[in-house]
Amino acid sequence: MARNWERPKGAEIVYERPEALSDTVTHYCPGCTHGIAHRLVAEVLDELDVRDRTILIASVGCSVLAYNYFNVDAQQAAHGRAPAVATGVKRTSPGSVVFTYQGDGDLAAIGTAEIIHAAMRGEKITTIFINNAIFGMTGGQMAPTTLVGQETTTTPAPTGRLPERAGMPIRVCEILSQIDGAAYVARQALNNPANIAKAKRSIKKAFEAQINGHGLGLVELLSTCNVNWKMSPGDALKWLESNMIPVFPLGVFKDWAEAGSGSGRSEVAAG
Amino acid sequence: MVLGRKVLMKGNEALAEAAVRAGCRFFAGYPITPQNEIPEYLSHRLPEVGGTFIQAESELAAINMVYGAGGAGARAMTSSSSPGVSLKQEGISYMAAAEVPGVIVNMVRGGPGLGGIQPAQSDYYQATRGGGHGDYRTVVFGPATVQEAVDVMGQAFALADKYRMPVVILGDGMIGQMMEPVVLPEPVDPTTLPLKTWITRGAKDRNPNVINSLYLDPEKCEALNLRLQAKYQEITATQQMAEIAYPGSQYYVVAYGTTARICRMAVTEARANGLAVGLIRPITLWPFPTDSFEKVMDDAKGFLTVEMSLGQMVDDVRLAVNGRTPVYFYGRAGGMVPSAEEVLIEIEKMTRGGGR
Repeated sequence: MARNWERPKGAEIVYERPEALSDTVTHYCPGCTHGIAHRLVAEVLDELDVRDRTILIASVGCSVLAYNYFNVDAQQAAHGRAPAVATGVKRTSPGSVVFTYQGDGDLAAIGTAEIIHAAMRGEKITTIFINNAIFGMTGGQMAPTTLVGQETTTTPAPTGRLPERAGMPIRVCEILSQIDGAAYVARQALNNPANIAKAKRSIKKAFEAQINGHGLGLVELLSTCNVNWKMSPGDALKWLESNMIPVFPLGVFKDWAEAGSGSGRSEVAAG
Repeated sequence: MVLGRKVLMKGNEALAEAAVRAGCRFFAGYPITPQNEIPEYLSHRLPEVGGTFIQAESELAAINMVYGAGGAGARAMTSSSSPGVSLKQEGISYMAAAEVPGVIVNMVRGGPGLGGIQPAQSDYYQATRGGGHGDYRTVVFGPATVQEAVDVMGQAFALADKYRMPVVILGDGMIGQMMEPVVLPEPVDPTTLPLKTWITRGAKDRNPNVINSLYLDPEKCEALNLRLQAKYQEITATQQMAEIAYPGSQYYVVAYGTTARICRMAVTEARANGLAVGLIRPITLWPFPTDSFEKVMDDAKGFLTVEMSLGQMVDDVRLAVNGRTPVYFYGRAGGMVPSAEEVLIEIEKMTRGGGR
């Protein structure tokens, strides 16, 4: 990537844009954690040295424009269908590194069949699953992962989400970890530096599951949508910690590298 | 199978083999009658040539796998029958918009809803008007014999690649299930096909390729639509296919697919009875072969459209004729197949100037 400045003599670069991110200003709202998730994925692609054989399958939702932000080949998919499109790409070009980037509406509502069956087939793909408990792009409607009592434009005040009308939040990692073809399944949160470091380790493992031919890797990232949650960015991070993590416990649910894994959950070592 | 020699094959299996010989190396589908012999055949045949067969979890997933495989550069195909093809419309619209090639076979059965499993032609509107949301078209072939189905398969993949768009082969349960002698074409080695520079294989030593159908700026979305329309106009001008039997006749029966074979029997009988009747048999349903109508229009006094539906292609016949002669219609629906005797009665009515 060309730079328009010269590094001062003796200075050492300690932080820069990963090669796998393009030099583009994103459309994400101030306070949104998509930017962190994008950067973590890009850093992993750089570290694994696979950027030039990586294909992003963008989904429908706030991250639909991710193809503008990652400096990789990309194919944009219909709502929920990213794992099916990824399957077509990966089977056609097995040497490629293929990942989907999907939100909770995309993956856990309209795309439940596609992610479960991609895992069932053991597709060698990686899925980054952004769970912010709401439909962001369409203006704050209930997601399958919306918490009980959480107010959205379709689960309005004074009750918020009522279980008797709208059911209970769905836990994707717990479902996916039951499927033999899922090689790595983890849930992490983007609410503080320690958790962000753990998230990056999990993302790397999920890509390694693909590259080493073990099967599907999925990392769920608990994320904030402060605009639709109607909070300041700081309050949103606190709300994530005190409300989302108790419902969506963090950890590694399945890891091909750990013998006998496949049930239960273990804390990933702090990175 | 020996080249150039006639072999007896079921329509669905012949189509599947023709796809492999056209360089198809990716198939995803979901079981539905009456097309199951296509995925069953390809489940063993594609791995033999290094290709991929996937039984998908739904028709939605199958067409989106084809969208992915086509985007990654494969000659890719899916097949289904009417209710399943309704589900595929989402992916077909995305393929049309993102300009990703692929072939979709629809062995049409009676509808609407779950309908039945007997042959029908009631998906004509869906196939020829795009089918999904948005202002787009797909090239649509309506073969009348197993041999013709085999022959159009090669053209379907060639046109899909040339114009970067989905192409539909609209058969019916009869074409799929019938056994007929066929001569299979010489196989195409897909590695010898022209390199596609737009595909997603990794941005090595180049800028990233993006396959996309999202245009939030309406000016850009209109520009996409105008580009697609220019492509459709070129196809309309250059890719029409039809057979005209007995040109110079005063009356014509218009029919495609299985119905055209029945109508040919009726036309032969009518001519034996001294009636000056010909047959126009569209092979491409989109683009509709309007040029063929112009060729016969000077002497024509009437057209009888016969379909296994209650009147869909007849609209295109009316548009082609544009009020210059009467246009008559006869159809059966829901899996019922018109008989040559029924068609003959309608031909006689037309030549007497009755009915419409």
